[in-house]
Amino acid sequence: MSTTALVVLVAIFVLAALLIVVPRLARGRGAPEAPPQPPPVRAPEPVPEPTEPAPAAEVVEAVVGEVVVEETTEESAQAEVGVETEIEVDEAVEPVRLRDRLGRTRSTFAGLLGTLRRSGGLTDDDWDELEETLLLADVGLATTQAVVEGVRARAKGADAADLPGLLRDEIAARLTATGGDRSLHHAAEGPTVWLMVGVNGVGKTTTTAKLAKRERDADRTVLLAAADTFRAAAADQLGMWAGRLGCDLVRGQDGGDPGAVVFDAMDAAAARDLDVVIVDTAGRLHTKVNLMNELEKLKRIVERRPGALQEVLLVLDAATGQNGLTQAREFAESVDITGVVLTKLDGTAKGGVVLAIEAEFGVPVKLVGLGEGADDLVPFDPDEFAAALVE
Amino acid sequence: MFDSLSDRFDGIFKRLRGRGVLTESDIDDVAREIRLALLEADVNVRVVKSFIGRVKERAHGADVAKSLTPGQQVIKIVHEELVATLGGTTGKLTMNPKPPTVVLMAGLQGSGKTTASAKLARLLERDGKRVLLVGADLQRPAAVEQLRVLGERVGVPVFSVGADPVEVARNGVAEAERLGRNVVIVDTAGRLQIDADLMDELARVRDAVQPDDSLLVVDAMTGQEAVNVAEAFAETVDLTGIVLTKLDGDARGGAALSVKEVTGRPIMFAGVGEKLEDFEAFHPDRMASRILGMGDVLTLIEKAEQAFDAEDAQAAADRLRKGEFTLEDFLDQMRKMRKMGPLQGLISMLPGVPKELRDAQIDEGELTRIEAIICSMTGEERRNPTIIDGSRRVRIAKGSGTSTQQVNALLKQFKQVSQMIKQMTRPGKKGKGRRMGLPPGMDLSALTGPGGPGGPGGFPTG
Repeated sequence: MSTTALVVLVAIFVLAALLIVVPRLARGRGAPEAPPQPPPVRAPEPVPEPTEPAPAAEVVEAVVGEVVVEETTEESAQAEVGVETEIEVDEAVEPVRLRDRLGRTRSTFAGLLGTLRRSGGLTDDDWDELEETLLLADVGLATTQAVVEGVRARAKGADAADLPGLLRDEIAARLTATGGDRSLHHAAEGPTVWLMVGVNGVGKTTTTAKLAKRERDADRTVLLAAADTFRAAAADQLGMWAGRLGCDLVRGQDGGDPGAVVFDAMDAAAARDLDVVIVDTAGRLHTKVNLMNELEKLKRIVERRPGALQEVLLVLDAATGQNGLTQAREFAESVDITGVVLTKLDGTAKGGVVLAIEAEFGVPVKLVGLGEGADDLVPFDPDEFAAALVE
Repeated sequence: MFDSLSDRFDGIFKRLRGRGVLTESDIDDVAREIRLALLEADVNVRVVKSFIGRVKERAHGADVAKSLTPGQQVIKIVHEELVATLGGTTGKLTMNPKPPTVVLMAGLQGSGKTTASAKLARLLERDGKRVLLVGADLQRPAAVEQLRVLGERVGVPVFSVGADPVEVARNGVAEAERLGRNVVIVDTAGRLQIDADLMDELARVRDAVQPDDSLLVVDAMTGQEAVNVAEAFAETVDLTGIVLTKLDGDARGGAALSVKEVTGRPIMFAGVGEKLEDFEAFHPDRMASRILGMGDVLTLIEKAEQAFDAEDAQAAADRLRKGEFTLEDFLDQMRKMRKMGPLQGLISMLPGVPKELRDAQIDEGELTRIEAIICSMTGEERRNPTIIDGSRRVRIAKGSGTSTQQVNALLKQFKQVSQMIKQMTRPGKKGKGRRMGLPPGMDLSALTGPGGPGGPGGFPTG
């Protein structure tokens, strides 16, 4: 059916509903609102029943989870020591910071695993507790169950003391298997273009600035394109960063056409022979079709210069719950994202939805944002991430 | 892959409907499904537990099994518990008898504080208050500039003078007194709840301005973290209410349940769109209905009353029932409907809309195109489309900047759907055109089933 037909169909239904049903409801509105409206009675539909829940999702009893929270402090202190010892072996510069900043994520798990360590044998409660801890980290139900199953498979014949290692291995293995190439790409010749996309308030502009800083530090010339012409003063915000970092800036009229900004930015970068163009787009909810279409248009404009578009990065707030999956799916469908930047991981947010996103869409997390400073952007490393979570 | 919370409950209770007896294991099944649904909706694990505990307890004690309609009994219980968790009643701002009333806005980075501040200012101005916006976010580059632009758009003065946030806030309140403004909204910088320095700064802002209301701005897409955030902010600034933002997305809003339960503070306002007027009082009962797939009927009625002329609508409805609904009526009513907001939003508020329809992506531009097509027809053609032949079609397509295929699609679909509506609304008619269970039951599902009458076939999803 064509779109026209579809829209006519929907429009008439809605109209019919508004014209016929709503007046009747309005008449009955004076009545006290005590009992909720019964849902409309519907004939059986040929729609498949929702899938049955997996048996592992039994209701977890209350007591178990709260113990974990209480005990985190002591355990995380222990965990801290463990980490530091390993850092010396690693000698990596940035990951130290990542691991350090991930302390809070880690402590939840440390608490959990500390409990397990003490408990000796593995009981059903331990598994339930593991499940709940993963859920609290926003790992999501489906992935949580998969991870728990994975650890179970690894745990055959092992004793409780091995669990931290097993969980770390499981998470790292999953991330390694799903992530693929986590590096940021540059065009072979001519300006490289990176497109920053995401829903409102995830930190696109700040991340754009941080990326510019990284590129500047790597001795590349950067042009920032303020394609967020919608949010008031968004271009000013990016402009301040451009000033601080010594980058070029291309901006348009407030409320103007973001496509024109992108076009001008590409032109300017080519004319000035600049290395990297980072396009900061307006935040848009993935449910807004028109805005997603606009984004596709921006991408097409960049693609007019073959080979220029090297990255389309989805910026994702670590505090996002399972909606992160939907965001990733919609942005992947519409602009074919090449990577994820997980921001605001310096809070207590666990960012666990990353596990599901990589597994589901095969889009690697490339960078992690750890604060508001220009340097607080580090590469994502699965082993570091897993180790930081577990130890 | 994920069903929405409403869809989830739809699925659960569909199986209960029409069954006479509800067994203990049914209740357990329902409880488990509710748990899954709530977890997928990002309701905090701990909140889910207590919620399910309450539902189960009430379901056991309520003689559900003896009731004639056990499924509806359970729905009622779940609905009531949802309303209770979400706040029970609508929270209102505390207005200080001695103006100015001070409202402090706080929250994480990116939750939407600045936008919410401006939207709240607009709402209050509309209620006859005189508002001053104070930009105390000196952290994020251009945050004050953003507030200034927004303030200009809503016609509210913006103040931001001072060396640090505490001073700006204090000066702001003094300025409001000087200007005779009766509400001051203080927009603060986003901060992580574990950032001791910034939380301390927030406490000092609070001490400096002694807010009558402290609102926590929470993104509806927040996951499990919502609980930690709410707890910490409640501790620091004595929250009086919550503002839930970005509700126009498809996040299932589990954060609302969590935050309400943890803080015990009412969710007062909801941000429901990009425009500055897309901000409204939060209605727990409506939200609960929406979560349960029962549609947000009250909001819908309010909007409809604003957009439609009662007599006019009644006449159009009658013609629709009799099958005399013309393209002219369609154009006329559709224009009014569009004043109520995007079609997608309306669909989500309608009760009993099948999932296929709710998920359908509606391009608003397409509606404009349809308008253009109808506008390119003569009055005669609109009243009697059968006279539209090949050459008229070409003319209409040219006139509206569309193709003859699109004109055809409109004409064909319009005819089929009006036929269906006519059949459906005729009581007692055999076959697919069965009686509509009103209220609220405009049963649209019959229309999207494969091979409906006149058969446009299945509904394309997505």
